[in-house]
Amino acid sequence: MTAASKTQKMTLVQAVTQALKQEMERDESILVLGEDVGKDGGVFRATDGLIDAFGEERVMDTPLAESGIIGVSVGLAVAGYRPVPEIQFMGFIYPAVNQIFAHVARYRHRSRGQYPMPMVIRMPYGGGIHAPEHHSESYESMLANTPGLTVVIPSTPYDAKGLLISALRSDDPVIFMEPKRIYRSFREDVPEEPYTVPLSKAAVRREGNDVTIISYGSMMRPALEAADFLARDNISAEVIDVRTIAPVDVETIVTSVEKTGRAVIVHEAPTRSGFGAELSALINERALLHLLAPVQRVTGFDTVFPFAMMEAHYLPNRQRVVAAVQTALEF
Amino acid sequence: MGYKKLFRGETVRLEILNKDGKADKKSLPDISQDTMIQMYRYMRQMRAFDEKALNLQRQGRIGTYGSLRGQEAAQAGLAVNLNEKDDWLVPSFREHGVMMSLGVPMHLIYAYWKGDERGNISDKGIKCLPPSVPVGSQLLHATGIGMAMQKKGLPGVAVGFAGDGATSEGDFHEAMNFAGVFKARTLIYIQNNQWAISVPLKKQTAAESLAQRGWAYNVASMQVDGNDVLAVYEASRLALEHIRNGNGPYMIEAVTFRMGDHTTADDHSRYRTPDLIAYWEERDPIMRMKTFLINEKIMTQADDDAITNDVTKAVDSAVKELEAMPAPDPMHIFETMYAEKPWYLVEQQAMLRDELNQEKR
Repeated sequence: MTAASKTQKMTLVQAVTQALKQEMERDESILVLGEDVGKDGGVFRATDGLIDAFGEERVMDTPLAESGIIGVSVGLAVAGYRPVPEIQFMGFIYPAVNQIFAHVARYRHRSRGQYPMPMVIRMPYGGGIHAPEHHSESYESMLANTPGLTVVIPSTPYDAKGLLISALRSDDPVIFMEPKRIYRSFREDVPEEPYTVPLSKAAVRREGNDVTIISYGSMMRPALEAADFLARDNISAEVIDVRTIAPVDVETIVTSVEKTGRAVIVHEAPTRSGFGAELSALINERALLHLLAPVQRVTGFDTVFPFAMMEAHYLPNRQRVVAAVQTALEF
Repeated sequence: MGYKKLFRGETVRLEILNKDGKADKKSLPDISQDTMIQMYRYMRQMRAFDEKALNLQRQGRIGTYGSLRGQEAAQAGLAVNLNEKDDWLVPSFREHGVMMSLGVPMHLIYAYWKGDERGNISDKGIKCLPPSVPVGSQLLHATGIGMAMQKKGLPGVAVGFAGDGATSEGDFHEAMNFAGVFKARTLIYIQNNQWAISVPLKKQTAAESLAQRGWAYNVASMQVDGNDVLAVYEASRLALEHIRNGNGPYMIEAVTFRMGDHTTADDHSRYRTPDLIAYWEERDPIMRMKTFLINEKIMTQADDDAITNDVTKAVDSAVKELEAMPAPDPMHIFETMYAEKPWYLVEQQAMLRDELNQEKR
């Protein structure tokens, strides 16, 4: 990106749409398919206008069947396309899990490199939008535990566009989890031209010396709010946005924890066997002697994701992150 | 107002050659003698391959093996209608007959059953995907490839293979439905061998046939006697012509019988009677075609002996090739997982390399 390139203020969901549109213009092999992605432009409007720009052959409203959407995408990829299937909500991913685990993630390897799976599976995930049951889940850890997948979770409009373009140019299958809670919660300057943000590279969002707060996606907001709040008490928190949880960038995380000696991990999925457990293990394996306190986890509870009226009690917030930092500092 | 008729359909079954090798002359397809001999030769090659595989498994020279004995006609009658340049095979794990007929090297199929990953994919540029084990899941891939062929205006057809058990899986129905909606250039090819391991067809479905399911998705379909290679030939020809002419997908149900165990890890005497096996032995697809070819003077006993000789030699040389393959390199476990190896695979590969080097010392 050159300094001269023009920018536009846009939301995260608008950045997703722009990335799809620009890459579809550049690469005719890209196809978008899923439930309501055509005429309706997606239930969150993430594919808004694509059917008008590219027609029904490249933007396909499909039957309502998640396994079918991912399964035919495998065939389309084998035959030379670059499919971008959408799962309408991550809570509905289960029917497609067989196709993702048994085929999407394995195809490059089981065909000894002959058939890589250039595919980006997009899906909004997470809570906080007062949605009905099964519309708020965060199932990233099972995907990060599946060899062969790349799992990307942006937290800003700028990253959403740059990471999605990287994903669309990758020859590996990418799960692109979009934090729907912050689809429209803020705008930022996004270059009009296409650009890439590298996969598998974490970002240091804020530098600090006393503690490292590690998060991704929609939980970046409470993480950064906590850092602001702690700064008033002269506690200096470094905040890392993991951005790609698989393959994860261990170096940025370990370098930070070696400096601060404390780590607080924030995600909205449940604690048990969540991605925080993996991050904590990596820190223990590689930075144990730098640690001044046990690694803290601030996560959703190990319960079903509650109905809308109770979800505020379930989701991690600034207060819980601040409390975890204080526990680490007082250890 | 009131009731209106919405739908009425009829599903047909095609039979040409009876169990004694007598053909229904008026149903005989327009087919050259060479093609008939070719189908017979394919079936004999499959049987020879299969018998050798069972021997190799007993001797511990390959691992668990899934026999295709009894299903030769269902695969040979289709194979002669396919064009290996344009058409795609999307197999399950009992399709080695059609695979070898289309040119997948036999030694690689043996390697697959030996547990050697090099046997998972043919490197000869044949459009044959790795055999799919999660039952029925591969049918969606065939639909997806057929959608791609349709979009690109390519002449090829994607053939998705599955058994009767797979038609109970959701993916079968989703594959049929997507194929219908998108007019995929796809042939859904069901070999109904009547047994999903130990579960017989009548416990799999209450429907009279699997073929009639095509109606539900506007996918043209028919049933065929899968032990009658002439009928399978004609059904496949019609189906492929329908698809190649741009009329949308097709589904064939070839009714056959798995003569042996599900795999060598199974014992079918636990759930099937000797009488049932004897009944199907009389309906063997190879015997009835041989009788027909000899009675019609299309083939002599001397021709048949020559075929025996050829297929035995081909199998022997495949086994030689199999056993001449150098051991697979364990380092390959880590290759082709990603376009670029992530740091942890680099570390894990180094660990295994060290272990192997220590073993060597």
